[in-house]
Amino acid sequence: MAKVELIVNGQSVEKEVEDRTLLAQFLRDTLQLTGTHVGCDTSSCGACTILVDGKAVKSCTILAVQADGSHIKTIEGMATNGALHPLQEGFKEEHGLQCGFCTPGMIMTAADLLSHNNDPSEQEIREALEGNFCRCTGYHNIVRSIQHAAKKIRSGEAAVSA
Amino acid sequence: MTFIGKSVKRVEDQRFLTGKGRYTDDIVLPGMTYAYILRSPYAHAKILSINTSKAEAMDGVVKIFTGKDIAAAGINGVPCGWQVNFKNGDTMKEPPHPLLVADKARYAGDGVAMIIAESKEAARDAADMVDVEYEELDAVTNAADAVADGKPLVHDDAPNNMCFDWELGNPIDEVNAAMSAADHITSLEFTNQRVIPNAMEPRAAIGQYEDHSGKYTLHTTSQNPHLTRLLMCAFVLGVPEHKVRVVAPDVGGGFGSKIFHYAEEALVIWASKQLNRPVKWTSDRSEAFLTDAHGRDHISKAEMGFDKDGNILALRVKTHANLGAYLSTFAPCVPTWLHGTLLQGLYTTPKINVDVTGVFTHTTPVDAYRGAGRPEATYLLERLLDKAALEMKRDPAELRLQNFIPAFDGVKEEGYMTQVALQYDSGNYHGVLERALEMVGYEDFRKEQAAARDEGRLLGIGFSTYIEACGIAPSAVVGALGARAGLYESAQVRVQPTGKVSVYSGSHSHGQGHETTFAQVVADKLGIPLEDVEIVHGDSEAVAFGMGTYGSRSLAVGGSAIVRSIEKVLEKGAQIAAHKLEANPEDLEYAGGKWTVKGTDKSVAFGDVALTAYVPHDYPQGLEPGMDFSSFYDPANFTYPFGAHIAIVEVDKDTGKVSLKRFIAVDDVGNVINPMIVDGQIHGGLAQGIGQALFEGAIYDEYGQLTNGSYMDYTMPRADDLPSFEVDRQVTPCPHNPLGVKGAGEAGCIGSTPAVVNAVMDALAPFGIKDLEMPMTPERVWRTMNS
Repeated sequence: MAKVELIVNGQSVEKEVEDRTLLAQFLRDTLQLTGTHVGCDTSSCGACTILVDGKAVKSCTILAVQADGSHIKTIEGMATNGALHPLQEGFKEEHGLQCGFCTPGMIMTAADLLSHNNDPSEQEIREALEGNFCRCTGYHNIVRSIQHAAKKIRSGEAAVSA
Repeated sequence: MTFIGKSVKRVEDQRFLTGKGRYTDDIVLPGMTYAYILRSPYAHAKILSINTSKAEAMDGVVKIFTGKDIAAAGINGVPCGWQVNFKNGDTMKEPPHPLLVADKARYAGDGVAMIIAESKEAARDAADMVDVEYEELDAVTNAADAVADGKPLVHDDAPNNMCFDWELGNPIDEVNAAMSAADHITSLEFTNQRVIPNAMEPRAAIGQYEDHSGKYTLHTTSQNPHLTRLLMCAFVLGVPEHKVRVVAPDVGGGFGSKIFHYAEEALVIWASKQLNRPVKWTSDRSEAFLTDAHGRDHISKAEMGFDKDGNILALRVKTHANLGAYLSTFAPCVPTWLHGTLLQGLYTTPKINVDVTGVFTHTTPVDAYRGAGRPEATYLLERLLDKAALEMKRDPAELRLQNFIPAFDGVKEEGYMTQVALQYDSGNYHGVLERALEMVGYEDFRKEQAAARDEGRLLGIGFSTYIEACGIAPSAVVGALGARAGLYESAQVRVQPTGKVSVYSGSHSHGQGHETTFAQVVADKLGIPLEDVEIVHGDSEAVAFGMGTYGSRSLAVGGSAIVRSIEKVLEKGAQIAAHKLEANPEDLEYAGGKWTVKGTDKSVAFGDVALTAYVPHDYPQGLEPGMDFSSFYDPANFTYPFGAHIAIVEVDKDTGKVSLKRFIAVDDVGNVINPMIVDGQIHGGLAQGIGQALFEGAIYDEYGQLTNGSYMDYTMPRADDLPSFEVDRQVTPCPHNPLGVKGAGEAGCIGSTPAVVNAVMDALAPFGIKDLEMPMTPERVWRTMNS
């Protein structure tokens, strides 16, 4: 067992975990943050993507102990005081989700993209999403959802909170 | 306020966008244990012995069950829900499908033991310590090979591995005669390869037994919770149905793979009673590749005869359909009644004969995958049409237009009777193709293509026009065809005393957006705000009964059931309103959420009538209080969506890589309730169909090993593999259901595959290549160009 201390969605967390616990398992099983989903066992699908110190990371690729001392943001931490993040709003407005399973990972990956490029081209968006699978939408409306959010962020109505 | 026809934003999105969706694996119950299924690594092997003692002694292990324990408990295997007999009348071969096998494994992935522990990790660790001694046997994986004499048998009582053979259409002699009179025959031998559904949420199930009540609860990733309950209770476990609640909460995609009743569902329910503790099983992705029912896997020979003017004279088809090692719930129906019946396509072909052999192999069971049989039929026809055009030096679009069935509305003009048992409801096939040609700018493209060829670039255009049978299905018809269930749908509309409305639907949403689309229908018909309507689905305790969601049936069948219940609400409401208004019910009209005496301003609102129904102090004599109606809607016919898809590709001469440049889809799904949702359904279907054309395909080796059973090996379509889609719609209402809707879930997946393949063939035409198998990977295309 090992002790991990980290900040998750702005809250300090201190837990004992088995050494082999993946960060995805830690979030889901220990913290009950079940918005982070696990869709594969090869770090391919991206459903478990979260932000670690502002960068998109597949939480099934790292151990909880490796995240010790870091700032974690999950889908549960994206809205502020009940107001949806521009990406959450974009996905709703542009029908960027159907079953919702890949959605949290898509949003976290897109948050990383928009934090360093608030005016991505369609091709840049598609390339940024290479590590995230969606089986429902054909990605068409996910691209539009991210464009919607980028536009809103550029207009200054909302700051990127990646 | 009208909602029907508007792109209302989805009400379910809020929970999914904030991480509050509740999928089966998110659920934790007090005292829960975790199951891991140990599976056969061999496709065909005798199980000589299983020793669990070391595993049982490990920390955290609660219990291990093997196939022998299941057999000793007298538990039956998983049943099949559809019967397709041999041509000679013999009953189809239906070997047992045990929950865990005791003596023989028949595919790599067959369950051998269930290890239950205090944690997932402990269960998996213990599984490594279970000693199973196998004797590996030879395997068969290819359906056309498996029927030959002397091949290894999957089941001893199914000679030549045949499950059934089946025929439909005109007598073969008539078809042969028409074929011999043809001026040109185009033939095609091909594999419609096996694909793996890959819903992003892996399957999961939680069994819970409560000894104080003797009741069970199954949480499961199902498209079809009531049918799962029926099959599991009546045929597998013999548990009383009224003591079992099945809940399919948020489900992360299905695409067919979650229709079926799976062994793990019955295992966790049974085990939860043995242990008196909840048991959760969650598949990982590798396990999903091996155990979720696969799709397609047909090997076909097809011939189409034409006269000298290009009119189609006849179609002859022979298909070997791979069913896998056991019969999944709807397996026999898919290559027969959902495939052979669609071989008329959009064409006036006067003579058609289709012959299908269903074959067992040492592979994962095969069943319905998005489109189910209809993509296979469409692929066959549309490849034939493009190939025939090439051979006869005709334009592929023009050849189709020439052979299309003329438009008919199904009301003034009768439905079109096909040679293969169906009567199409309504259609305007020329309309969709002409619109698609206009969108693509066909003449300009041909000029661009010619110029590109001069520069040595390989551009291609491909067409596909399709029809599908959806809105599944009229119970009496499917009963006559071998279904062991009715295929109606139920809906209960409960008007609460305050005028809020709860709707309980037997349909199930796993991404389709029922909570929005159904609410739009209800709010519109009742003239009340959308937020006053709640759609409840996926819980057998809340919903009377249901047949679930597949076959693009939710709105056409489930939505129609809701409309029927609303009609009953309005009829009773009119009686109460008439009493309040001191008028005759016949003199009232209902609009904008109130009943008005025609020609006056005297009216009473829906909410007042609802309250009166529950507080019936001043009330029509003899009328029951309350306002709560159920309906079971059994459709009069299938619905028949159709459309035209066009793909433009460029093939890289040096690498063989196919780039999809444009994709145009014009679909006619009848009336549309929510255009945004329908477009979304089309987009997703397109990606899956394009995936089959270019990327996806299960590969078994000669030993029956699935060699690409992970995302490192099986190519899923990614965002940068696809262009933005250009979609448009034509509306030809369905004449036989109250909403005029046809269904949109599968259309994209049915039409797109042959369009892309035809485009690649067109691009490769300068090489004289006429046939190429899917998926059209860079390697395959490069090798073909360079051979």
